[in-house]
Amino acid sequence: MESVLGRYRNLIILVGVLFLQVLGLAMQVKNSGNDEEKTRLIRVWAVDAVTPFERAVVWAQNGSRDLWHNYFYLRGVRAENRQLKQQIEHMRLEQVRLADDAAQARRLQILLAFKEQFISRTVAAQVIGSSGSDLSRIIYLDKGKNAGIEPDMAVMTSDGIVGKVLLVYPSVAQVLLISDQSSGVGAMLEKTRLQGVLRGTANGEVVLERVMSDEQVPVGETILTSGGDQIFPKGLPVGKVTEVGSGKDLFLTIKIKPAADLSKLEEVLVLIEKQEQPAASEDGVHLRASDILAQRLPSVPDKPAADAKSAAGAAGTGTANAATPLQAPIKPQITKAAKNSSGASSVHITPLPGPPTEPADAASTPSRKSDGTGVPTTAPTTAAEPDAAQTKPAVPRPKSGSPSTPSTPPPPNSQPPVDQNRPQ
Amino acid sequence: MPITYTSGEQVEVYRFSFPVTIGVPLLALFVQAFVPLRFPRFAVYFDLPLLVTIFFAMARRSPISGLVTGSVIGLAQDMLGHNPIGIYGIAKTVVGYGASSLGVKLDVENAGARFLVTLGFYLVHAAVYFTVARGLVNMTQTWSWPRGIVAGLANAFLGVLLYFLLDKFKQRT
Repeated sequence: MESVLGRYRNLIILVGVLFLQVLGLAMQVKNSGNDEEKTRLIRVWAVDAVTPFERAVVWAQNGSRDLWHNYFYLRGVRAENRQLKQQIEHMRLEQVRLADDAAQARRLQILLAFKEQFISRTVAAQVIGSSGSDLSRIIYLDKGKNAGIEPDMAVMTSDGIVGKVLLVYPSVAQVLLISDQSSGVGAMLEKTRLQGVLRGTANGEVVLERVMSDEQVPVGETILTSGGDQIFPKGLPVGKVTEVGSGKDLFLTIKIKPAADLSKLEEVLVLIEKQEQPAASEDGVHLRASDILAQRLPSVPDKPAADAKSAAGAAGTGTANAATPLQAPIKPQITKAAKNSSGASSVHITPLPGPPTEPADAASTPSRKSDGTGVPTTAPTTAAEPDAAQTKPAVPRPKSGSPSTPSTPPPPNSQPPVDQNRPQ
Repeated sequence: MPITYTSGEQVEVYRFSFPVTIGVPLLALFVQAFVPLRFPRFAVYFDLPLLVTIFFAMARRSPISGLVTGSVIGLAQDMLGHNPIGIYGIAKTVVGYGASSLGVKLDVENAGARFLVTLGFYLVHAAVYFTVARGLVNMTQTWSWPRGIVAGLANAFLGVLLYFLLDKFKQRT
């Protein structure tokens, strides 16, 4: 017996070591729900052993690069400055147009008492490492729990989303990229508003799944986050469609080129705080649906104030904390017109050509964006801003459970869902 | 290709100082985790921890030492990812054991032998990883021979250069 053990000692030890590792693997797979917690301590050791080197190298690299670019290599700066000034002028013009659209979007959100989601605080972090394996597409950030980062926070760049925080250590955070095959992000097509699930593949590509094969998806269309995953706010840029093919089970396989260059990430933003509150108008005054409609219908004649008061009392809808209507006298006409909405001149709200969950009157919108996305254009700008305390509204988000938030987008010309706050 | 069959008494067994034993695998892990940030394809085609495992296993020529080296380096590599810990561990344990067992029987000191051994063990490593990831962890994996061969050749080429560099740290027993 001893001779057998001695003869096959190496093999027995090999089998023993392999058995232990297989056992460990099996335990992790079995407890896949909370295995991150169980293996957390072990992973901390490896991360603590490797990240100091990475942090030092990144620091030295950035220091030398900044020194060179900021103090020595200033060739072409004047020309670039002129070019940027021109660009600012163009962007100011664009901003005027977009601000009008955004204001309109906010007014329309008030109609249905939408909840707006604000990106209120972000933390800028440096990418200091990766897993080193193409089978585990994660990156490490130089900030962690001490900076307020927690698991399941969204990570993005000014170009688009990057991934979500997976594990957090005191001064390091592990981020799962959207190109990893275990990743999943709620996404939708910008124009057609078709919703799907964004996933990574084994070879690092990003695909949009769960879009029915009878849908038309044009190559080049922009993909946005849908907000359905409760991690990424709605409307953040994801990427563009590069290829559309037939997948399995009657679904399309849509290949996406991510908006953020996932292979060359240096700095990212971690969304550490979101706020959700009822949509408010720009001046802070809550408008009733009728007020907004009244503003858009100059042909509706004014009525005496007495009628208006009685009508307001009868209608009694609008947001709970609605302020004094701006044009209260015309409310009864609007209500009546809505009830008799059989002709072309009747007043009713049709959905935006953009988001299915944001109904609006399409006819009376001269300043609408030509692409008809209906997505507030402040989102990318907000995402692009570095660090701390931002209060710009990023993207609107429908109130969960609201009757006005259909889970699937309606056809472009369909009637909007009935909402309690709409004038009847 | 001059792969010569030798007896156990003819081959030389080497050892390494403690800083090299700890530092080289750690450096390999660091480079493997850091370089893909600048050169993303690096992680697709190169596996430095595997090369270090093969080198130490072949130089020490002790199966137990080889499998322990492979196991430790593989587990450390697993810890840097988000997949269950043990997939790389199992693959590199097998490679460590195999490389050291081969080192006992063959003269693997010349460049040609090292090239072939590294190419072979890269494929063994990929096969074990694929099997474990797919069979035990139920990960979605696709096997690609062209990619495997290209990555194997790339690793073998880098391995030959790396082994000559690491030869400087060898100490005769």
